[in-house]
Amino acid sequence: MTEIVVIARLVPDLVEELEIAPSGKALDRSWLRLIINEFDNHAIEQAIIIKERSGAKVTVISPDAEGVEDMLYSSAAKGADRLIKLTGLDEEKKPTNKSLAQSLAGLIKEINPDLILTGVQANDDLTGDLGPQVADLLDMPYVGYISGVSLEGSTAKALKEYPGGLLAEMEISLPAALGIQASEEPPRYVAISKVRQMMSTANIEEISAGELDTEGEFTIERMYLPEAAEKAEMLEGSEEEIAAQLTSVLEDLGLL
Amino acid sequence: MTQDIYVVIEHIQGKVSDISYIMTAAAKDLAQHEGGEVVGILLGSNVSHLKDNLALDRVILGEHPDLKDFSSDAWKRTLLAVFAEYSPRAVFFGNTTIGSDLSSSIAAHQDCPIINHCIKISDQGLVTSQICGGKIMTDSQLSEKTTLISMIPGGYKPEEGQGGPPRDVVEFPVPDLSDLKVKVAQYIEPDTSDVDISQEKVLVAVGRGIQTEDNIELAQELADLLGGTLCASRPVIDQGWLPTSRLVGKSGKSVKPDLYLSLGISGATEHLEGITGSKTIVAVNSDPDAPIFDVAKYGIEVDLFDLIDPLLEKIEAAKGG
Amino acid sequence: MPEYVEYWGIPHQWGSPSILVYSVMFLAAGILLVRFFLKARLWWKAGRSESRWDRIPTRIWYLIKYGIIQARVLRQSYPGVMHVAIAWSFFILFLGTALATIHSHFFRFLSGSVFSFYKLALDLATILFLVGAVLAIYRRYVTKPERLTYQPQFTWTLVLLVLIVLGGITTESLRLAVEQPVNAAWSPAGWLLARGFLATGASTEVLTNLHLYVWLVHLLIVATTILTLPVGSLFHVLTGPLNIFFAELERPTGTLPPTPTTADGAPIYVSKLNQLTWKQILNGDACTECGRCQDACPAHGAGYILNPKELILGIRSLMDRVKSGQAGYDLPLLDNPGLSQEALWACTTCGACITECPVLIEHIDTIVELRRDLVIEGSIDGELQDALTNLGRYGNSFGQSPRKRAQWTEGLEQPVKDATREKVEYLWYVGDYASYYPSLAELTRKTAAVFQKAGIDFGVMFKGENNAGNDVRRVGEEGLFEMLVEKNIKAMERCDYQAIVTTDPHTYNTLLNEYPFPEKRPILHYSELLAQLIEEGRIQFSNPLNFRVTYHDPCYLGRYNGIYEQPRKVIQATGCELVEMPRTRDRALCCGAGGGRIWMDEGNVKERASESRIREAAELDKVDYFIIACPKDYTMFQDAVKTTGFEESLKVLDLIDLVDKAI
Ligand SMILES: Cc1cc2nc3c(=O)[nH]c(=O)nc-3n(C[C@H](O)[C@H](O)[C@H](O)COP(=O)(O)OP(=O)(O)OC[C@H]3O[C@@H](n4cnc5c(N)ncnc54)[C@H](O)[C@@H]3O)c2cc1C
Ligand code: SF4
Ligand code: SF4
Repeated sequence: MTEIVVIARLVPDLVEELEIAPSGKALDRSWLRLIINEFDNHAIEQAIIIKERSGAKVTVISPDAEGVEDMLYSSAAKGADRLIKLTGLDEEKKPTNKSLAQSLAGLIKEINPDLILTGVQANDDLTGDLGPQVADLLDMPYVGYISGVSLEGSTAKALKEYPGGLLAEMEISLPAALGIQASEEPPRYVAISKVRQMMSTANIEEISAGELDTEGEFTIERMYLPEAAEKAEMLEGSEEEIAAQLTSVLEDLGLL
Repeated sequence: MTQDIYVVIEHIQGKVSDISYIMTAAAKDLAQHEGGEVVGILLGSNVSHLKDNLALDRVILGEHPDLKDFSSDAWKRTLLAVFAEYSPRAVFFGNTTIGSDLSSSIAAHQDCPIINHCIKISDQGLVTSQICGGKIMTDSQLSEKTTLISMIPGGYKPEEGQGGPPRDVVEFPVPDLSDLKVKVAQYIEPDTSDVDISQEKVLVAVGRGIQTEDNIELAQELADLLGGTLCASRPVIDQGWLPTSRLVGKSGKSVKPDLYLSLGISGATEHLEGITGSKTIVAVNSDPDAPIFDVAKYGIEVDLFDLIDPLLEKIEAAKGG
Repeated sequence: MPEYVEYWGIPHQWGSPSILVYSVMFLAAGILLVRFFLKARLWWKAGRSESRWDRIPTRIWYLIKYGIIQARVLRQSYPGVMHVAIAWSFFILFLGTALATIHSHFFRFLSGSVFSFYKLALDLATILFLVGAVLAIYRRYVTKPERLTYQPQFTWTLVLLVLIVLGGITTESLRLAVEQPVNAAWSPAGWLLARGFLATGASTEVLTNLHLYVWLVHLLIVATTILTLPVGSLFHVLTGPLNIFFAELERPTGTLPPTPTTADGAPIYVSKLNQLTWKQILNGDACTECGRCQDACPAHGAGYILNPKELILGIRSLMDRVKSGQAGYDLPLLDNPGLSQEALWACTTCGACITECPVLIEHIDTIVELRRDLVIEGSIDGELQDALTNLGRYGNSFGQSPRKRAQWTEGLEQPVKDATREKVEYLWYVGDYASYYPSLAELTRKTAAVFQKAGIDFGVMFKGENNAGNDVRRVGEEGLFEMLVEKNIKAMERCDYQAIVTTDPHTYNTLLNEYPFPEKRPILHYSELLAQLIEEGRIQFSNPLNFRVTYHDPCYLGRYNGIYEQPRKVIQATGCELVEMPRTRDRALCCGAGGGRIWMDEGNVKERASESRIREAAELDKVDYFIIACPKDYTMFQDAVKTTGFEESLKVLDLIDLVDKAI
């Protein structure tokens, strides 16, 4: 049976105002509301689509965070077979992706999947993208910006986006890791009652992340909020003058 | 370790991508602080001419038939060989569909740190990144190891990285690329039969302020001149002046163009919902209190019909000149 | 003294004619009963069980009110008069036959003046019937309203009924012609006809023979009618009253049933015929095909595929397939005529169909139950999915931070109390639209300012408030509804308050009818509160407005909860002259936003309900203001006045705008 591992994480919800911790070097996590990384949500959906199409066992692994159980249960409601919560992480500090990747790679090695899917990026990933790092540590090829995958024997056929809207059909030999930008179909809705039902039937395995290696990292000197964008800058003057101003704006934007 | 700053040059369909110029500009800034040179890594097949317009000191050229298409496996193998030979202070990758397949993977392989979403090198030589959808900025200091940097556009203009040709070109022996695990089977050109406004880079949007169906032509003229596409708010669509595929907003499409030029749109919530992804919004509306001005970067409070003609003239002049 | 004569003119040489009559009739009735039983049996066999045997006296009263008096039928004048003329005349004629039978076999009383009155009554019933029949014929074959079903069975029914009555009056008049009794004038119609027969100069013998033939034919037609009752359009004569008798009495319309469960507690999401209750299946067979629901339905009017009549008849035709053995009980309900996903999603749950249906069919329960299954299956449109995801995450459909829920209060001169911290008299349940919708912020502030001016002690729950869930429930996301209810009840339990007030009729409905508050406190719509304050003199108007206005009854305020007077009182108190639209009060047209429609893709629409409504208002003489009492209405109609081009001539104002202007 094809084994698929999905790595899904919670990220800061940008709907909320973000605040900087007193240290000035990190997000104030007490204010954070976390939601599933939308790309990871697509990765879960893509895994379920593959499962429904050609059969697979889908394991969803998530680093522990507030709300992660709900997310895992809702993946189960969609059709995930195994749920793993990576525990023992420092709640106050986001781990670097390298250290997280090492921890995940150790865990995933045991599952020995044919395919790893994860979101192509996460909004708070300052320390690189997670997927390629996990892939490298497991000696798997990685391709990102994928919007549709099917498995054919020992290869994955995936649609990758190139700059300028160009698409390419990629052939990737398995085992491989893919960074999902969009699932073939938009992530399905799971009714709350289904999630609630999973809470009483599905099981979340807790596996310790172990010691994280944070050696050799770059240092964050400062974290801050960008200057607020104001109301529109009004172009004033006669119509002629305005037209001229606007034309130079367009020129600056490289549009002419 | 050298103090040189490396740039992995991206190109697609025989053209250097803008991000390569932007990275070059950033690399120049960083090189000033670190005291090294700016070195480009140009991989591909028959691509040596692509180096000529980049403001690089040196270029490492790796050419191989299997580097023609972008296979992350082939490029990664080659880049690992390059880094084994040269020891850069820092390497810029594009935070693009090409660069992102490589940067983090190479960082893991080399056990070196990677700084994501760099938009600018600060005056102090720090790497300024923009995370959380632009809501958070960070300034980071390179690690003592080789540091990889993944670059997003916005902090530099492409022209700042133009120049060249580079002083020195080193041909790099490409390692064995047999048994590639990642291959391009085929390219699929985007479907052009129907305009997908969510993919358009320039949109001219018309609202009820356009008043009559005949006036749509005026706006179309402007759109044509800008190489853009016409879209609309709901009242215009309801009138049947434009097809439903051009509707922007809650009931229509969400768009993310570089330029969203709105003419006579008030900026109702349902409409605004669809345009938040736009890079630059320019709003023309005769009502100074129109909510569209709250989200626009540039606002113009005039009668749109008084503006269009002079604007067409000015743009034509600018394009001709 | 004239007396009722059994079987006048019917030869007795083969024995008493009653043997013939009774055997024909009993045979026909017996066959009818068997056929009816065979049909009815399937309701219970196919459908889930559900008890509807409570409150028998009320049920009997319903039977009288809706079945005999036909109160619902009479809501519309032409079809109302037409139908009761036919139905009541048949009641009388039937009663007449029954009395005659009693007279013959048990108790002879049809003689003298009683008999004369008896004759008169039957004769008048005949005239009444003919009036109804003419109205029906004119309607069906001349005016041909869209809502009717044009199938031969209706023509047959009409022909049979007309023949029965004509047969009756003809036999009667032939008797009169031959007998020429002293009380002949008591049968004016019959006597008129009799004189016609006499004028032909036909002999008594000819007339008597003719009488015999007509009588026989009459007898046979009656028998045929009885026999074909279960397959023709007259079947509603049996199923209609049955459906009325078994109407839902427990729940008000504003309370949806919870998701049903199997014996061992597993939820039942209805997607198959046999997952409906027997009552829902009976609905299908009880439908008279009158099309009143179709006419009233805003979704149908807007050009959507939904047609409540077709939806109910869809169930009937599935049952017909089961009956004819073409399919089993587990037929999927959807993708059949009248029953499609698209149709289900088009419903605004406005309740107009339910309010019109003469046989008390409960469309919305069925629609919502079917939606529940679609939600569980994830078959929902992208916009609705976003809205539901947002509601689950943030407690509002806008996907906005709960912390911004009370952002509208910014700019108020007097701060608004936080009811989760301070004791208040009124807990103001603001609702999503009034809280978050940018162009409503102004109005919400105005409402607060009016409350403050009236000296009301009120507070809001700030981020503790979540969407109340009325439309979440109607969309079919029962689990999310339950979750919202839990959160809101918890938040409200933390507050110290005497009563709840809300401007949103949707919120009002669910709080009033669906929330399991541990302790009941009054729940008021702001129109009720305003009316009360005006009555108590706490709001006084110094600046009468003298506007000519019309008022739109929100579905969840009017039809669902019967609040019609208070908003009108408020309007009149501000000095406005109220002009009613043709569709007013419980006939009000829905704005199109309810039942979660506001979260869904609009799809292809001919004319939005809101636009049709605005046109209706614009046709009123010199009405300048369109008054609403629901935040969603404000957004819907602001939009509609623009799209219909009445922006200049018709201004949309909230009740609170009037109060504010007049204070
Ligand atoms: C459920 C729902 C869904 C909706 N979905 C959408 C949607 O997807 N997309 C959408 O666009 N709308 C949608 N709407 C409609 C939305 O609410 C607004 O009604 C609509 O966006 C208004 O369009 P507009 O700005 O073109 O028109 P208006 O609001 O009438 O604005 C016209 C503007 O033009 C300006 N103007 C007039 N003449 C001139 C002139 N000569 N020169 C310059 N300016 C001039 C005016 O000052 C005014 O601001 C939806 C509404 C609802 C209720
Ligand atoms: S509730 Fe309203 S919208 Fe739904 S079917 Fe009935 S009349 Fe139509
Ligand atoms: S459902 Fe009721 S209102 Fe609609 S057609 Fe049938 S009987 Fe008439």
